[in-house]
Amino acid sequence: MSTTITEKVRAGLSKRYAREKRFRAYGLISISLSLMFLVLLMFNIFSKGLPAFTSTYIKLDVTLDAQTLGVTPASTPEQLRVANYSGVIQAGVQNLVPGVEDRKQKKALKSLVSGDAQYDLQRMVVADPKLIGSNQTVWVLADDDIDMFQKGYVDRNAPEADRRIKDFQLVWLDKLEAENRIERKFNTTFFTRGDSREPEQAGILSALMGSVYTMSLTLLFAFPLGVMAAIYLEEFAPKNNFFVDFIEVNINNLAAVPSIIFGLLGLAIFIQVFGMPRSSPLIGSFVLTLMILPTIIIASRAALKSVPPSIREAALGVGASKTQSVFHHVVPLAMPGILTGTIIGMAHAVGESAPLLMIGMVAFIVDVPHGITDPATILPVQIYLWADSPERAFTERTSAAIIILLAFMITMNLLAIVLRKQFERRW
Amino acid sequence: MSTLGILLTLLALTAFSYFIGRKRSLAVATRSKRGGNNLHSLPGYYGYLVAVWCGIPALVILLLWSGLSDSIITQMTLAHLPAELQNQSGDQVSLISNQIRNLVANGIETANDPAMKVAAEEYSRLQTISSMAKTVMVLVVAIAGFAVGMRFIKPSTRARNQVERVIQYTMILCAAIAILTTVGIVMSVLFESVRFFGEVPATDFLFGTHWSPQTAIRADQVGGSGSFGAIPLFVGTLLISAIALLIAVPLGLMSAIYLSEYASPFMRAYIKPALEILAGIPTVVYGFFAALTVAPFIRDMGAAIGLNVASESALAAGVVMGVMIIPFMSSLSDDVINAVPQAMRDGSYGMGATKSETIKQVVLPAALPGIVGAFLLAASRAIGETMIVVMAAGLSANLTVNPLEAVTTVTVQIVTLLTGDQEFDSAKTLAAFALGLALFVVTLILNILALHIVRKYREQYE
Repeated sequence: MSTTITEKVRAGLSKRYAREKRFRAYGLISISLSLMFLVLLMFNIFSKGLPAFTSTYIKLDVTLDAQTLGVTPASTPEQLRVANYSGVIQAGVQNLVPGVEDRKQKKALKSLVSGDAQYDLQRMVVADPKLIGSNQTVWVLADDDIDMFQKGYVDRNAPEADRRIKDFQLVWLDKLEAENRIERKFNTTFFTRGDSREPEQAGILSALMGSVYTMSLTLLFAFPLGVMAAIYLEEFAPKNNFFVDFIEVNINNLAAVPSIIFGLLGLAIFIQVFGMPRSSPLIGSFVLTLMILPTIIIASRAALKSVPPSIREAALGVGASKTQSVFHHVVPLAMPGILTGTIIGMAHAVGESAPLLMIGMVAFIVDVPHGITDPATILPVQIYLWADSPERAFTERTSAAIIILLAFMITMNLLAIVLRKQFERRW
Repeated sequence: MSTLGILLTLLALTAFSYFIGRKRSLAVATRSKRGGNNLHSLPGYYGYLVAVWCGIPALVILLLWSGLSDSIITQMTLAHLPAELQNQSGDQVSLISNQIRNLVANGIETANDPAMKVAAEEYSRLQTISSMAKTVMVLVVAIAGFAVGMRFIKPSTRARNQVERVIQYTMILCAAIAILTTVGIVMSVLFESVRFFGEVPATDFLFGTHWSPQTAIRADQVGGSGSFGAIPLFVGTLLISAIALLIAVPLGLMSAIYLSEYASPFMRAYIKPALEILAGIPTVVYGFFAALTVAPFIRDMGAAIGLNVASESALAAGVVMGVMIIPFMSSLSDDVINAVPQAMRDGSYGMGATKSETIKQVVLPAALPGIVGAFLLAASRAIGETMIVVMAAGLSANLTVNPLEAVTTVTVQIVTLLTGDQEFDSAKTLAAFALGLALFVVTLILNILALHIVRKYREQYE
């Protein structure tokens, strides 16, 4: 009898081992699929975004002719500011490719360079009016279509009608290339400007400053509120009290409420009832504070809980009051854990955009916001706005902005890991 | 003075009063021979007591004044308007008050209407008075508080107990913000929804199959009639969430099983954080990826095998959302699998089971309630996810369960209805709040259910 059971088991063994192997393989496959997706996403973003950190410039020989400009070196700065720089640029561009007569081609020639080029000249001349009358060689920003061509996104062999760069423009660009008049340089515009309708002039500075304002305020509100609430709930709150239990239920539920609901709260309460300024970092930080408070409270409570009771008892034993024992001994020991939780909450807030769409932080912001009540937008929302733009050059800039955003998040998360590793204490 | 200026002055005053209070307490104390003194508390606590008296009442006044002054000034200005401007509907009045504010911001000279000009002048005059009154009021209260606080400095005052009581109340207030937030959410979605259901019957909203929120702005306008049947949105949301869960649950669960049962500690130490990176990526990045890479890829794939796939297909949004939820699912399942006692596994091995048989027949059944809880939380996350669907799913409300077609979701519609400038009272805007209410209720039920299941299960093994 026993032999038959052994035989039975033995007969099934190879099948069972095969099943075991298969099961194990499923696990490995799941992990590799997830990681593969991560790699794919990163590769996709980086390969699209890295070119945006350079942009194409064209070398122009311009004559700062007093007659064309309509000013003299003696003119006032106001007159200098409104002089006809665009005419100078036009003349400079026409010198690049002499003999263009066709109206359409002339227009295309003019739009080789960005509309921004004239302001470069303006800055030069306002800074040094003596330049008027001289010949200058300047590198000016190329139009985004030219930029895209230089970066290899336009297929020369495609039918002409499918290209944004036409055949005659290709001839010009080859000529410029041969004369070393076209070059890719580091894209400073991207870091020093606000949003723009022209991709080559669009930058992330205004969104970045909006993010900085919003996040600083969020930290300022969320950290003290969250830590105080956690200390109360963990150290002082009476057990089995209805009010305290109700608070805990609320915190646990708020942690899982969809973020967009917080946006509705901001819109209905902060904007409609309290009449706070729409689109401002102030109100954005209020919404984000409420959103990340549960994260901070839950993490801080865990950190406080991990401090052993002996610390509290020792403090009480030498005559400290309850408040003193908590604030002088328990909280400092729990601080690394509390800070880790706060950083994780902040990293969540930095990437959040849905609730901010609700409170109008989705505006087209060119100027860098100067205060916490100015209309502003933030980096993730800027990404959302650019992602909607049809121009190829905006796709590239969106990816570049994502790289910046990811850099922020990774830095914050690394900081949290380092803090945890450095100061974590096993009791 | 600006609010910030007042705030900084108040801060300086408070710090100053701390030092004065501390010094004063030492001055009123009688020194004993052994070097101590007869103060009840440490001198610092007397300083804090004076600082509390100086700072907190003034701060409360500052906040109240800043919060309420604008609406009061607006009311006062509107009361001075000519009668024909006053007797108008609520919308008109809010329009007028906005115009007045714009005039004040852009320069009163730009006004065309003399009545408006007078009103704007009145508004800016009241604003100046209010700002000055605020400054004076706050500073006077701060100084009065300081004087009151100073009177309490006596050796017999129990300064520490009083300061600690203030700290305690502050902490309770901070903790109560969680309740206030919930109340705020419920109030904001509920009130607007009630107004919405006043215009559109709740049955039309819940059971109607046609969604086109375009209402005519003018009476003579040809345009959408405004039908608010939310069934297509609910179906769309469920479809995308189902696709996401179909990806996230098996992958997340299997990853968790492998990591907790098979992986070496070394592998676990590196793979787990790598998976968590997926959870840290902002959703707007996923949305961008879904819209620009995954959706075209799926469309081209479909075209290659002769399928007509919409460029904003539910499949693309669902797949990417699924990937986003993988780490969420895997870390929650990891926790519950680790909570299964080792003795149960050992018992199974002792009976001769292989590892996979142990997992399938012992560990997973034991962990099932926790996994169900994780599933519910993941579902709630998927239903409430916004940016991915806003960027990658469609806008038109199709009632379909075909994953290759474009569908729209509740969150997409909330964003579309509320971004941009709209009047607050139209059924279109209010509809967003009704959708928000539906979203809140559904996710709340899922969360409560999940937390309940997880907690009950934990008690079982502790």
